[in-house]
Amino acid sequence: MAAEVVASLAVGILVVAPPFLPPYFLEILISVMLFGYLGAAWNILGGYAGQFSFGHAAYFGIGAYTSTLLFLTLGLTPWLGMLAGGVLAAVFGLFAGYLSFRYGLRGPYFSLVTLAFAEMLRVVAVNTKAVGSSLGLVIPNRESAPLNFVFAGKLPYYYVILAMALAALWITRRLERSKLGYSLLAIRENEDAAEAAGVDSLGMKLRAMALSSFLTALGGTFYAQYFAYIDPTITFGPAVSIQGLLQAIVGGAGTVLGPVIGAFVLTPMSELSRAALRGRAGVDVMLYGLVLILVISFLPNGLMGWVRRRRRA
Amino acid sequence: MTADLLLQAVVSGLLLGGVYGLVASGLSLIFGVLRIINFAHGAVMMLAMYTTYWLFTLLKVDPYLSILVTGPAFFVLGMIIQRLVIEPNRFAAEHNQLMLTLGLALVLENLALVLWQGDFRTVRPPYASASFMLGEALVEVPRLVACGGAVVMALALFAFLRLTDVGKAIRALAEEPEGAMLMGIDVRRIRAVAFGVGSGCVAVAGALVTPFFYVAPDVGESFNIMAFVVVVLGGMGNFVGALLSGFIVGLAESLGATLLPGSLKQLVVFALFVLVLLFRPAGLVGGGRGR
Repeated sequence: MAAEVVASLAVGILVVAPPFLPPYFLEILISVMLFGYLGAAWNILGGYAGQFSFGHAAYFGIGAYTSTLLFLTLGLTPWLGMLAGGVLAAVFGLFAGYLSFRYGLRGPYFSLVTLAFAEMLRVVAVNTKAVGSSLGLVIPNRESAPLNFVFAGKLPYYYVILAMALAALWITRRLERSKLGYSLLAIRENEDAAEAAGVDSLGMKLRAMALSSFLTALGGTFYAQYFAYIDPTITFGPAVSIQGLLQAIVGGAGTVLGPVIGAFVLTPMSELSRAALRGRAGVDVMLYGLVLILVISFLPNGLMGWVRRRRRA
Repeated sequence: MTADLLLQAVVSGLLLGGVYGLVASGLSLIFGVLRIINFAHGAVMMLAMYTTYWLFTLLKVDPYLSILVTGPAFFVLGMIIQRLVIEPNRFAAEHNQLMLTLGLALVLENLALVLWQGDFRTVRPPYASASFMLGEALVEVPRLVACGGAVVMALALFAFLRLTDVGKAIRALAEEPEGAMLMGIDVRRIRAVAFGVGSGCVAVAGALVTPFFYVAPDVGESFNIMAFVVVVLGGMGNFVGALLSGFIVGLAESLGATLLPGSLKQLVVFALFVLVLLFRPAGLVGGGRGR
């Protein structure tokens, strides 16, 4: 009960407070929500199904490129392009997932093959003139056009990504209590035992893959609209894949709130370190690495795992 | 496409392939004993390349001579990293151990970025541009030396694993961890030694390539990914397979670069990687532990 009060209070603050925040803090909050959202999307496959993807940049990039290209060539509103990107990403996810799962890739082998798929898409994007090759794509004309997913200030973008993050958390919560959710947990804990108990592990993992890649692609479209510029390294590069899994693992993989908690810790930390050591590129990512090592060494179930253990004790 | 160009591609590919083989041997050794895929392997190589660079720039130490320093130094550094970071998490879940080496890679790579910025640096000793013609193909001497040095080092590694007590203990541990422990092998020490030897190997590879490569914080990444491909192709934990498939991957990359436009050459390597992972996860040569 207390948890629900805290949660509604937190959501209330996140909805009411931002208009009064200075622009710098609003930008940080948008980053927190975007990374929390990406973490939540990754969490469905990585945290619940236990399939550690190192290549979610593939879906992020597909989302960003699909909506942007549809807008630039056909004038299709990115709101619809977003769905198209999501569907395309889910199809690609099903393809990559079917190949990997069908041939029994597990653990680190699955991680490596997903990394390879994302890198292949990056190389293709770099070498394809039609998608702007390594120069990337710019979304011109930044005058306010809400129907085309372009807003005048940053505040509307904040509310979009807040809604997306809350939706992702709601989906995760629903998933946790569904047949799919229970099957995924069984697969994560012991796939052979789950199979023996009659769980269709291939089908369940593919469903998790489709959902996770679909949601990740929507994040890609948001990124493209918010920054109005995408290129192969930004969208398909390994850094994107790492961002998603980092939030989830630090916050607690396989928990509903973990990814968002992770983002609330990691993003401000990286901003602070960047502000403290101006002009020194790399400090923030170095801290990410350090936090990752420390979390795995001392809080192997992330911050949420730690909270849960303390509550039980 | 002329025959000359193809011949050139074959020569360059094979020469770099030797280096891939050495990088992958180190990775394979670490996997064989510790059962982890070391994402920080390329970052260790990068640090060794910076060491070579600074020794050359500040103290005028020849890159090849500096191997006498970098090899042992990174052997020790590898042991320290293993003791401090990896050993305490020996019983952690497999994916968490993977994350651990990913964290290590992020720390090391960005430490280099913080310390030395992202500029490309080069080490160019007087012989850097020496070359000769082999039939119609140009052979650059530093690349030939790198390949030769890498093969010698890899052979030395095989000899070490076959002939010395420590080497035999490493192989025993890779094959049958519990049996090795029951036979009185100091498992803790051997794990550290294996990580140290793997790191030493990749450090030597780093020193060998500096005379014809560049040095930058992310230079290890491409070698790391290449080493993943090589190790999977050769069979995880199979050292001879690693050396052989190093040549195959080097050749595939180089032929891809000649036959395909732009940077699509990487596509060939990744495609090869995915195909091998899917269809021959125990490696082309066999004997590795798949899946």
